[in-house]
Amino acid sequence: MIPAAFEYYRPKDMAGVLAVLEEHGDDARVMAGGHSLIPMMKLRMADVPHLIDLQDVGGMSDIEVGTDMIRLGALVTQADIIDHAELSNAAPILREAALQIADPQVRYMGTVGGNVANGDPGNDMPGLTQCLNAIFTVVGPNGERDIPARAFYEAAYVTAREDEEVLTHVAIPMPNGGYAYEKQKRKIGDYATAAAAVQIVKDGGICVSASIAMTNLSDTPVYSEAAGEALLGTSVDAAALDASVAAMLGDIEPTEDNRGPVAFKNHVAGVILRRAILTAWSRA
Amino acid sequence: MKDEITREERVDNLKGMGCSRKRVEDARFTQGKGNYVDDIKLDGMLFGDFVRSPYAHARIKSIDTAAALEVPGVLAVLTAADLEPLGLHWMPTLAGDKQMVLADGKVLFQGQEVAYVVAEDRYAAADGIELVEVEYEELPVIVNPFESLKSDVVLREDLVAEDGSIPDGAHGPRKHPNHIFTWDAGDKDPTEEVIANAEVVAEETMYYHRTHPCPLETCGCVASMDKVNGKLTLWGTFQAPHAIRTVVSLISGIEEHNIRVISPDIGGGFGNKVGAYPGYVCSVVASIVTGKPVKWIEDRMDNLMTTAFARDYHMTGKISATKEGKITGLHCHVTADHGGFDACADPTKFPAGFMNICTGSYDIPTAYLEVEGVYTNKAPGGVSYRCSFRVTEAVYFIERMIEVLAIELNMDAAELRRINFIKKEQFPYTAALGWEYDSGDYHTAWDKALKTVGYDGLRTEQAQRVEDFKAGKTRKLMGIGLSFFTEIVGAGPVKNCDILGLGMFDSCEIRIHPTGSAIARLGTISQGQGHATTFAQILASEIGLPADSITIEEGDTDTAPYGLGTYGSRSTPVAGAATAMAGRKIRAKAQMIAAYLLEVHDNDVEFDVDRFVVKGAPEKFKTMKEIAFAAYNQAIPGIEPGLEAVSYYDPPNMTYPFGAYVCVMDIDVDTGVTEIRRFYALDDCGTRINPMIIEGQVHGGLTEALAVALGQEIAYDDMGNVKTGTLMDFFLPTAWEVPNYETDFTVTPSPHHPIGAKGVGESPHVGGVPCFSNAVQDAFRPFGNRHTNMPHDHWRIWRTANELGLHD
Repeated sequence: MIPAAFEYYRPKDMAGVLAVLEEHGDDARVMAGGHSLIPMMKLRMADVPHLIDLQDVGGMSDIEVGTDMIRLGALVTQADIIDHAELSNAAPILREAALQIADPQVRYMGTVGGNVANGDPGNDMPGLTQCLNAIFTVVGPNGERDIPARAFYEAAYVTAREDEEVLTHVAIPMPNGGYAYEKQKRKIGDYATAAAAVQIVKDGGICVSASIAMTNLSDTPVYSEAAGEALLGTSVDAAALDASVAAMLGDIEPTEDNRGPVAFKNHVAGVILRRAILTAWSRA
Repeated sequence: MKDEITREERVDNLKGMGCSRKRVEDARFTQGKGNYVDDIKLDGMLFGDFVRSPYAHARIKSIDTAAALEVPGVLAVLTAADLEPLGLHWMPTLAGDKQMVLADGKVLFQGQEVAYVVAEDRYAAADGIELVEVEYEELPVIVNPFESLKSDVVLREDLVAEDGSIPDGAHGPRKHPNHIFTWDAGDKDPTEEVIANAEVVAEETMYYHRTHPCPLETCGCVASMDKVNGKLTLWGTFQAPHAIRTVVSLISGIEEHNIRVISPDIGGGFGNKVGAYPGYVCSVVASIVTGKPVKWIEDRMDNLMTTAFARDYHMTGKISATKEGKITGLHCHVTADHGGFDACADPTKFPAGFMNICTGSYDIPTAYLEVEGVYTNKAPGGVSYRCSFRVTEAVYFIERMIEVLAIELNMDAAELRRINFIKKEQFPYTAALGWEYDSGDYHTAWDKALKTVGYDGLRTEQAQRVEDFKAGKTRKLMGIGLSFFTEIVGAGPVKNCDILGLGMFDSCEIRIHPTGSAIARLGTISQGQGHATTFAQILASEIGLPADSITIEEGDTDTAPYGLGTYGSRSTPVAGAATAMAGRKIRAKAQMIAAYLLEVHDNDVEFDVDRFVVKGAPEKFKTMKEIAFAAYNQAIPGIEPGLEAVSYYDPPNMTYPFGAYVCVMDIDVDTGVTEIRRFYALDDCGTRINPMIIEGQVHGGLTEALAVALGQEIAYDDMGNVKTGTLMDFFLPTAWEVPNYETDFTVTPSPHHPIGAKGVGESPHVGGVPCFSNAVQDAFRPFGNRHTNMPHDHWRIWRTANELGLHD
């Protein structure tokens, strides 16, 4: 558990960050809270000769709750999300999910940006941001560009972000309706056996909008458009639930690990999604 | 002489036995002022660490250290070839086997020590490790002991003669190259006959999975050879510092008086820190070679993957009974997976520990136990994780067999236990497998437990739950876990307990200071048990000086009397007894001094709390404080100055703590998630020294029991890769996963122990594991479940529900 030697950088601004990235290419990595990257380096599973700490770069720690949009800086921590009353009012699913990430100590360090940018299929925020149709802003040598969360994840640890780009902000369209983040895990601090993020809008007893994403059930987060569509126009009755779960199961591709075999994971994914939908529906 | 305070106040002032004295250790622990091995920093200290094998079974074709030696700060790389001239490339294990210190031509488990890199700091050592090039030739891997006994693959060529014959092992004849021993107890033929002719027989096969004690502090040491005075000082996480000193002397040839072993503060042991590890040997050699202190500290993965595991017992049982449920016979066969070397930490005559306590708390007239030890390509160990020498295995076995028999008899499992308990008047009771239980009152404890939890009401509620489940009103089942355990602790009588020939007595040496305070040193070593608190309490009650005025010191072999250390709940039964006996020697001398001072005959004074009083004249007395002063400063005819005593205590018998546990659990059959609604633990550990510390021990032991029962395991894949090498996958419960525990007690003193105490550190673990497991199994009993193996993690519980058709 001793990392290989590395150069440590702590630039004061984004230009400094980008300069190091440009110079060292994929030999350099940026770090926000470090709670994914540092353990990987200590296990020598990640080789990072040039480590760039973002903590001194300003302008990425704000939570802005606007009329139509929520904007989170990449360095906003899970603890910040939990403690922010206005944000919790506007998008309670963020707080519900953040409270299920790791443990309080990790949540004081772990950031939104690190969680979504790392591309770890076990992280909770990628699925959550896909459910909320968030937009990630990245900045690189050619300036800023926006990437939808739903188009960001390509494979485990492989994302649409280029090596010389830094994820700076997460913008979330103001959610409405009912919500739920349901997660089964073996213990505190564990990644999900299965987790479901659901945001649902009810109008006159009928589901008029539903967004569903699943976590740690494929090598990327899974936004299941079909699972959401299965609820549209229904009263979220038993048949609709069955259809939604069936659609979701068609989109995930879990693998066996210490949490259990594939059949178990599919079963639990169905149970967790069912519960999440019912909770969200009851809150809608 | 004036005396303003009442006798009761005098008792309270002592903070002696029976009071919940706050732990004196905690001031330093809670302020970060503990002194653990890794806190030791010496001038010029070097750091050593291991190149470890990625393969579970492989021949080593070559080791190239050249590139590693180029790393700045790397000073040396030791391999077996370097240790061989010293005769240190192998070392003896505590079980009579030998173990490679560094891989000698082959490796037998993943993570095995291959080379030892010595560097100026641990960063350089880690970089050096990366650059040691080892060429391996993979060999077929065996991770299953049953396959091992049938395999042509020889794991230990060193244990096969040149003509192909198989020499005897440390525990008798071996029948296969991968066979270590067969050990049995009891009467084979009569047992089989009783079972063959019984009215009812229940059979079950169960696997008690491999797990790990996982102390928060990993193993480590600092070796410092002073070449000027020829003295070796070895600090380490040793649960038995004196035994380590003797072993180091025997294998290194350094005379024992030139070796000083120090166990500083230890952050949990649970059996993991009993054995001797390659890191100790390599650090000593490296210090001798370099002339500098050398530190070795395991990281978490090293600890989980390579140092002493626990359990890995495949158990098959048959239990017979009359139609009314009176047990008539018990048969147990165990295939024990010991890994690549037999490094169990058991008394020499007991290669399967005290597994022969497996008749449990029941009056079983006939029984037979047979244990086969087998080599596989897994890490060595086989220690008693918070239990006395395989007692968790034994208690799990019998408490599962009782449940299975209850199913066979269609009987309530609580009632089945009750009608088979050894009765109070049968103690001392000689069990069919040989042990003499010292004391017990099982019926009283059981009745109290069942009454407190409202057992009948729980069963009614459970029956309703089953109805509701079947009617589709709930997806949660309710399990009622029962367990009644009898522990065997306090190893032990020298006549039948030794480790490597070292008798398992223990010791206490007391010096009373002239002003009436004292220091006592013991052969044990606390790893969190609170010895500095409780042993002072024993002494306070025995010698009448306040516990707050008594320093307890352990762990330095230059100052502490010889003892066999702390494990197997032996500290209170053995060293605690030595403490009481040494205290009584102090008191005997104090009595003579008091009599002299009071100008009466020795027999005319008697001890009263903190003083000797003249019989019939309580106003005439001398306090122990006054007596201490006189002992040093007053010429007393016929009595030497000073007030000191030492006692080496060889216990006449083990002690047999017992307890009654009940767990109420809800189980979500769709997700496998369990929720412990209630856990009640009644412990009878004999005389209670410090109720608060007992309660803390019970909480800790139950939490480790919960871990083992519900998910904690060292799992291997077919290639011998460890699948659970970090705390992400190895389950260590946090406050979040731990339920509220209700503790309770009865008191049945040990008749042979000087203060009647029996030991409690391991009871909750021993009794807790079957209780949690039985709760899971009980929930599924109405649907046809007989037995499922631990650990009961989410997916395995889900599988049970699935196989019983509960998802259909």
